[in-house]
Amino acid sequence: MKQLALVIDLNVCVGCHACVTSCKEWNTSGTAGWMADENPYSKDPTGTFFNRVQTFEVGQFPNTETVHFPKSCLHCEDPPCVPVCPTGASYKRESDGIVLVDSEKCIGCSYCSWACPYGARELDEEQKIMKKCTLCVDRIYDETLPEQERKPACVMACPTEARLFGDVNDPQSEVAIAIRESGGYQLMPEWGTKPANHYLPRRKASITIHEDELVRADNPLKKERKLPMPDDKDPTLDEITSW
Amino acid sequence: MHPAFSVIFLTTLIGAGQGLFLALYTGQFYSVFKLLPAQDSVHFYAYGSLLVFVLLVAGLFASFFHLGRPERAWRSAARWRTSWLSREVIVLPALMGSVAAWGLIHFMGWNPVLFSLIAGAEVDLSLLVGGVATLLCFTLFLCTGMIYACIKMLQEWATPLTVINYTLFGSASGFILATAFAAWQGSGIVNFLGGWSMVLTILAFLTRGASLFRNARLKHKSTLETAIGIRHAAIQQKAQGAMAGSFNTRHFFHGASKRKYKSVKWVFLLLVFPLPLLLLSTGLSAGVPGLLVAAFLVQYAGLLMERWFFFAQANHPQNLYYQTV
Repeated sequence: MKQLALVIDLNVCVGCHACVTSCKEWNTSGTAGWMADENPYSKDPTGTFFNRVQTFEVGQFPNTETVHFPKSCLHCEDPPCVPVCPTGASYKRESDGIVLVDSEKCIGCSYCSWACPYGARELDEEQKIMKKCTLCVDRIYDETLPEQERKPACVMACPTEARLFGDVNDPQSEVAIAIRESGGYQLMPEWGTKPANHYLPRRKASITIHEDELVRADNPLKKERKLPMPDDKDPTLDEITSW
Repeated sequence: MHPAFSVIFLTTLIGAGQGLFLALYTGQFYSVFKLLPAQDSVHFYAYGSLLVFVLLVAGLFASFFHLGRPERAWRSAARWRTSWLSREVIVLPALMGSVAAWGLIHFMGWNPVLFSLIAGAEVDLSLLVGGVATLLCFTLFLCTGMIYACIKMLQEWATPLTVINYTLFGSASGFILATAFAAWQGSGIVNFLGGWSMVLTILAFLTRGASLFRNARLKHKSTLETAIGIRHAAIQQKAQGAMAGSFNTRHFFHGASKRKYKSVKWVFLLLVFPLPLLLLSTGLSAGVPGLLVAAFLVQYAGLLMERWFFFAQANHPQNLYYQTV
């Protein structure tokens, strides 16, 4: 079954928030209505976002590493937010596995946000309905767009190509290969939600070199020559190899 | 979790209403088997059911303040196959309807005897309708409790104790109200109801104590390591993607100081259990209805705080992503 999702490479994300702003720009004119922006230029600005980039510091000074962590709806294969919805406004599409909220049916009870362990859903303070990442469902199937632009806005915007988009259940897709070959993992696997979005870990370009590999201690086989005839006094493995 | 007053009033008001109905119906049930004297249909049962109805309506009214779009509330009955919230939305009006029918039967005297049992007990229409309402009462307790208990991510709530506590708290406060109501009516079953009020309050103390004990020793499954998938003992958040809060910081944190949080716990433990027991026992022995009313009011105030604490104590795993601005 098709399951569209994002794969986010933490190894190359630089935390520039381009995905956040392009997401908001595209989706604030989306089918679910605008995304609230309260006090944008004054004290305590707040608003609705489908995607946020957070920053974590791993380790202790001076051995620290900064990890920029984009976070949006993970489009779980077993989404806990869907069965709890009393109206059926929260649903998962059979055709491509995208989890969506029907803005006409949502009563704004916030119960789905309790069931989501990732905090991916946000109640819009102005429209009073639940909002979440749609994987730009109004973009990826739009045939008026050139084919290479039929991707979520965040994927289009990422300057380091840290965001990949595709069907994770198709073994030949770019995202499935990335998950398989670059150690893609899921967030909070303990809840059994089976998130479709995966993250690629930080990777170090390092190899293990032993000391004797740096210095050619000897060349016992005398590579350039034919193998020498062993002396008959040399120690042998057994009678077969000695003559 | 951020305690929402709409939900605090909803759960405490309908709980008291359900408990009051159970108390009234228990009285009727016992009187059928001649274990208690029969009560006046109009003054005791009909007026009592009116009080139940008022509590249920007040709870339903409070619940609307929880919704972002209350005008669409009718849609919430749709997903009863999967959602406990949807089930509650169906059972609450059903209970209101059956309580109204039960009260009306008593008020109008439309109470034909349907059949007699071997023991000589006569089963009339109100006993059957009341039986249906009793089943609905317990179903509603189950639905209300399961709304919280079914969310496994909120580990403080995901226990059968949640359902048991909702049932016992609602029953205890309803029985105390019934005791006060019976005393005001000059009914002969004041001591019977008062005795059960004490038993239920003590039982609720044991089960709520058990859940407090459990939650104090709870180990959370999610950590910052599983939240961002990095295996390291020292991870610190440096930015959460917004400077001045979001829905995630407003809705999932109680925001109270540690001192307030702790004092609410001790105050509710005092107001819900020992004080009402004291007021009940002195009120019953001295025969002062005012003390019984005070017992209900004190316990109800305590239950509001108990519900506040119930929400505040629940620690949502999403909070791991919102540790620092």
